[in-house]
Amino acid sequence: MNAPLNWFSQIGSIAKFGLLSAAQRRASVAATVVGIAGVVAVFIGVLSISAGFNRAMTASGSADAAIILRSGADSEMVSGFGREETRIIADTPGIARNAEGPLSSAELFVIINLPKRTTGTDANVPLRGVESAALGVRDQLKITRGRMFNWGRNEVMVGAGAAREFAGLEVGAQLSIGREKWPVVGIFSANGGVAESEIWTDAKVLQSAYNRGDSYQSIYARLASPGAYEAFAAALTANPQLKVKVLRQSEYYANQSQTLTRLITTIGYLVATLMAIGAVFGALNTMYSAVAARTREIATLRALGFGSGAVVVALMLESLVLALIGGALGAGLSYAAFNNFHAATMNWQSFSQVTFAFAVTPALIGQGVAWAVAIGLIGGLFPAIRAARQPIAAALREL
Amino acid sequence: MNANGKKADPTALVRVEGVEKVFHRGSEDIHVLSRLDLTVATGEFVALMGPSGSGKSTLLNLIGGLDRPTTGSVSIGDDRIDALSDRQLAVWRARHVGFVFQLYNLLPVLTAERNVELPLLLTHLTKAERRRHVETALAMVGLTHRAKHYPRTLSGGEQQRVGIARGIVTDPTLLLCDEPTGDLDRKSGDEILNLLQALNREQGKTIIMVTHDPHASARASRTVHLYKGQLASEPTP
Ligand SMILES: Nc1ncnc2c1ncn2[C@@H]1O[C@H](COP(=O)(O)OP(=O)(O)OP(=O)(O)O)[C@@H](O)[C@H]1O
Ligand SMILES: [Mg+2]
Repeated sequence: MNAPLNWFSQIGSIAKFGLLSAAQRRASVAATVVGIAGVVAVFIGVLSISAGFNRAMTASGSADAAIILRSGADSEMVSGFGREETRIIADTPGIARNAEGPLSSAELFVIINLPKRTTGTDANVPLRGVESAALGVRDQLKITRGRMFNWGRNEVMVGAGAAREFAGLEVGAQLSIGREKWPVVGIFSANGGVAESEIWTDAKVLQSAYNRGDSYQSIYARLASPGAYEAFAAALTANPQLKVKVLRQSEYYANQSQTLTRLITTIGYLVATLMAIGAVFGALNTMYSAVAARTREIATLRALGFGSGAVVVALMLESLVLALIGGALGAGLSYAAFNNFHAATMNWQSFSQVTFAFAVTPALIGQGVAWAVAIGLIGGLFPAIRAARQPIAAALREL
Repeated sequence: MNANGKKADPTALVRVEGVEKVFHRGSEDIHVLSRLDLTVATGEFVALMGPSGSGKSTLLNLIGGLDRPTTGSVSIGDDRIDALSDRQLAVWRARHVGFVFQLYNLLPVLTAERNVELPLLLTHLTKAERRRHVETALAMVGLTHRAKHYPRTLSGGEQQRVGIARGIVTDPTLLLCDEPTGDLDRKSGDEILNLLQALNREQGKTIIMVTHDPHASARASRTVHLYKGQLASEPTP
């Protein structure tokens, strides 16, 4: 006996007949496709939140920038420096310089309450006081509307994300701080980074408005090169005049985003798993009814000499095609709905809102489609095996 | 001793020898065929009759390699098909048997010509060769003008002619028909029988046909009757 002839064309034709006849099983096929699309859309949607948040946080920190906090402090909130310390830090070798001096900005921040545009409820927004070097440290900063605040004046400029999320931050508006009114003079972008969620003003002005004396909370510094970091950090921590903690900015933000990212990822997988279980049953049901509706047809093909292995593979393929259609639909849907969807969330390390955009990344789409494939394969396997195991003679008796 | 009243003929095409078939339904054993012998020579047109439930389809399925006997042997030509594996049987069926079913069993999603082409997908023929074979088979059953029609737009008689074209398109050793006229009116049934008779007389096709209808069996060159698991050349009450 010869080996089975052209196995692949057998598979191809059986799968083709199945898909052609899927039109007759429209309702259950559509339900399955939509179910799988739902799983993929929700999965990608939820994880696009953490991908977007992560992206915002990592866009904030470059590897050749450092943040210096008081030792023992995990965030700027609980850190503090006097004028003298900030001067010693700025003079430490390893920091990049320009014509005006070292690119080291001693900063402080306070939290003010502003109403969210969407809900009208108050939320915490960071108001940061910076020194002129801040613009050299965060070199991606761009004024997009209005102008930069003037040094020494009660003026603020607002990050694009904060301007979008909160009411009363348009250029020309007035911000009530204490008993005073501070005009908003400009809007700036920072490549989607955390600074976009903040309001900036002169550190000196902020100190006096909030009776902070001559104290700061953190120092943002740009290094001469990424490689300069180790020596710079070692020099600072070894300095007996200082009690500091040095972090690369990239690490600092990654740490801050970790908790939220982990939480969202866990929720995403949990929800997707539960939905996927439902979708597997949907797919099983569809393929079992496909097999049942085609019992005699499949038996006829096998009577003509089509192999049972080809039947199994073809039915799996059919289920896979339905799943991929569902997966593509779900991925497209989630891309349209969630990509660049702007949101704000609490950053628990700074107790203030971070604005960011959901990111439907290619990796997420890949994962979503992988889920669809898994659902399709599991949903197709058992019905396919049943179809191939059925004794032909008995199956031919069925109407 | 077999129904033909002669010893198994080694030159015969179909040799069913000492076949028993027992089905199990729950704890119950259903003895359908018991020590049954049947020989069919090349070029014969045999009608297989018998009461409903007597095992006609069962016997036909054993000869067509769709099922295996509980005991006994089934040989077609040089092949002991009861000894073949499922996979070998599938290849053997594709090569040697054409089936015609009572309910035609056409694929509704395919046109007449695509339905006829199905068994050819299991051969090494090129597309052009397949098309030629399909045209020939459709011409034989007089349905050339219906080639592009879907089964649901054809009458029962036409659908069965498509079924026959599919059964003969590979030029099989054996054509097995299970009540091919069972679902047709007298006129369409006669057309089908004319066709089968012509295939037998003009092409020398060996045909075994299960039927309830004496009109149908009258067209065969020989009729055998199945009763209580055994064959007889005369109908038994
Ligand atoms: N796969 C099976 N499992 C159990 N019993 C079966 C199976 N196939 C057939 N039978 C039984 O075997 C007996 C013979 O069935 P078969 O279909 O061969 O009869 P038939 O002569 O073709 O009848 P009909 O004229 O109604 O088509 C019946 O009692 C039937 O119920
Ligand atoms: Mg029958």
